[in-house]
Amino acid sequence: MLLYALKRLVYVLPVAFGVSIVCFMLVHLAPGDPLTAIMPIDATAQQQAEMRAAYGFDKPLPVQYGLWLWKIFHGDLGSSIASGRPVASEVGRAVGNSLILASLATLIGFGFGAFFGFVAGYFRGSTLDRLASLVSILGVSVPHYWLGMVMVIVFSALLGWLPSTGAGPGGSTAWRPDWEHLRYIILPAITMSAIPMGIISRTVRALVADILSQEFVQALRAKGMGEWDVFKHVVRNAAPTALAVMGLQLGYLLGGSILIETVFAWPGTGFLLNTAIFQRDLPLLQGAILVLALFFVGLNLIVDVLQTTLDPRIQRG
Amino acid sequence: MSAIDAGAIVTVNPVRSEGYWSSVGRRLVRDPVAMLALALILLIVLAAIFAPYIAPADPFRGSMVRRLRPIGTPGYPLGTDELGRDLLSRLIYGGRLSLFMGVTPVLLAFMVGSSIGIFAAYVGGWVNTVVMRVIDVFFAFPSVLLAIALSGALGAGILNSIVSLTVVFVPQIARIAESVTTQTRNRDFVEAARISGARTLTIVRVHVLGNVLGPIFVYATSLISVSMILSSGLSFLGLGVKPPEPEWGLMLNTLRTAIYSQPLVAALPGAMIFITSISFNLFSDGLRGAMEVRQ
Repeated sequence: MLLYALKRLVYVLPVAFGVSIVCFMLVHLAPGDPLTAIMPIDATAQQQAEMRAAYGFDKPLPVQYGLWLWKIFHGDLGSSIASGRPVASEVGRAVGNSLILASLATLIGFGFGAFFGFVAGYFRGSTLDRLASLVSILGVSVPHYWLGMVMVIVFSALLGWLPSTGAGPGGSTAWRPDWEHLRYIILPAITMSAIPMGIISRTVRALVADILSQEFVQALRAKGMGEWDVFKHVVRNAAPTALAVMGLQLGYLLGGSILIETVFAWPGTGFLLNTAIFQRDLPLLQGAILVLALFFVGLNLIVDVLQTTLDPRIQRG
Repeated sequence: MSAIDAGAIVTVNPVRSEGYWSSVGRRLVRDPVAMLALALILLIVLAAIFAPYIAPADPFRGSMVRRLRPIGTPGYPLGTDELGRDLLSRLIYGGRLSLFMGVTPVLLAFMVGSSIGIFAAYVGGWVNTVVMRVIDVFFAFPSVLLAIALSGALGAGILNSIVSLTVVFVPQIARIAESVTTQTRNRDFVEAARISGARTLTIVRVHVLGNVLGPIFVYATSLISVSMILSSGLSFLGLGVKPPEPEWGLMLNTLRTAIYSQPLVAALPGAMIFITSISFNLFSDGLRGAMEVRQ
C-alpha cells in the first residue's frame, strides 16, 4: 500500500506542476497590466517601471515563474494588491470556513443520496425507483445559486425561521460550533448538498443494481441467508466506490462553492475569489485558485489510495 | 436438392435491416419523458428566436413608477422587475443570450475536444501520453472553479464567458473521445480494413468517426445542462452579460434585491434556467438510453 501511495505521488507531481503553471499564467492571461488596479493614474513612466520592478513584473516570464514557485515552497503566496495583507493568511482563513460548509454539505448529501440510491437500486423499476431518480436528476439540474435564493425566500423572507446571509451573528467571520452559528450554516449547507446528493444517489443506484445482479448474491440467498445479512454484503461491496465519489464531491464543493457562498455571503474561498475578481486583485485570485486546485489534487490522491486499501480487488498499474 | 429453381431465387425479397440511426430515432420517439423534454426545449428555443413577435412589451423600456409589480398585474402577466420592465418580455428575450451562451461552449468544445481526443488516440504512443497528461492538469480543477478563474482573469463579457466555458469542456470531451477511439481502434474491423489496404484517412473517416462520434455526441449533450447553469452562473456573478441586456443569470442577480418585496417575481429567471437545464438533462438521458451507449 505504501508503495502504491508513493507511485501515485510520483504520478501526481507533474499534475501539480501543471496546475501551478496554469495558475501562474492566469495573471498574464488578464488583459492590461496586473498593477493597473493600484497604479496611480498620473504615474510617470519611470514610477510605473519602478512599481513593476518592485513586484517583479519586469523580469522574463520563466524567471518570474521560478521566483513565484520558490516563494510558494516557502509558504509565501505574495501579498494582496488590494489589502496589502499576505495572500496565504487570507486564503487560509477562507479555506477553513469553506471546508466547514463543504464538509457539512457533503455529509448531508451523502446521507440522503446513499439512502435514495439504495432504495432505487433495490427496487428497480418501481415507483420508489422513479421517485429517487427524479430526486437525483433534480439535484444535478438545479442551478444551485437559484436554489439558494429560493431557500432564502422560503425560510428567511416568508417564514422568518433562519438568517439569510453571513456566517454568524453580528457579522462574525469565524465559525464556531454553537447554536447561534449553526443557524447560519443550515441554509447554505442544505443548498449545497443538492449537487452531491444527486450524484451520489445516481452512483449508489448503479452500484447496488450491479451488485445485486452478481452471482455471489444469488449464492448467499440460495444458502438461506436473511435479506438483512445480504444487505450488509451489498453495503460492503458498494462502500469503497461510494466513499470515493463522496471524497471527490467534497473537493468539487470546496472549489465550486463560489456561487453559493456569494448568495449567502459566506466568508469562505468563494467569497474571497469574488472579491479578488472584482477588485482585480490578481495575486489573491492566483493564490486562492492554486490552493484550491492543489487541495483537490491532494484529495484525489488520498481518495484513490484509500479506495485501493479498502477494496483490494482494485488492481492498478 | 441439386436442382435449384431459378424463379425462387428471384422472388426472394432481400430483407433490409433497419439502420442504426432510424432505430435510435424510433426508440427516442417512444420515450415520453425525452419527448416532453424535447418539446420544452423547442418551445424555449422558438420563443427566443421569435421573441420580437411574441413578447408583449419592449424588454428594455422601464418605468420608475411601476417597479416590482406582482405576478398577474394587468398588462404585466409576470409582473415587472426592479426597473419597471415587463418580466415576461425579458424572460422571452433572455432566452436568446442564455441559450446562446450555454450551448455555444459545448458545440465548440465538441469540435475541438473530439478532434484532440480522436487525434491523440489514433496517433497513439508518446503523442497520446503527452496530450492526456496535459488534459489531466485541467481535470485537477473543479469545473466551476476553472470557469470562474478563467473568466475572472479575462474579465467580464459574453465572448470571455464562452471562451472560459469552452476551455472547461474541451478536456472533458477530449478524454471521452480518446477512450472511445482507443477502444474502436483496437476492434477487428479496423484491423480488417487496414489489411485490405484502406488508407489511414479512409479508416478514420469511415470506421473510426462512424463509431466514435455518436457516444461523444451523447456525452456532449449531457454537458449542455451544466453549461447552461455555469454560463448563467457567470452572469449571475457579474462575469458574463452586462446590464441592461436581458439574460436569465443576470436578471436573477439584479432581482436579488427584491426577494423580500416580490419573492415570486425574483425567483422566475432562475426557474427558467432550471427548466431549460432539466429538459436538456432528460433529453440527453433519453438519447443515451435510445443509443444504449455506456460511458
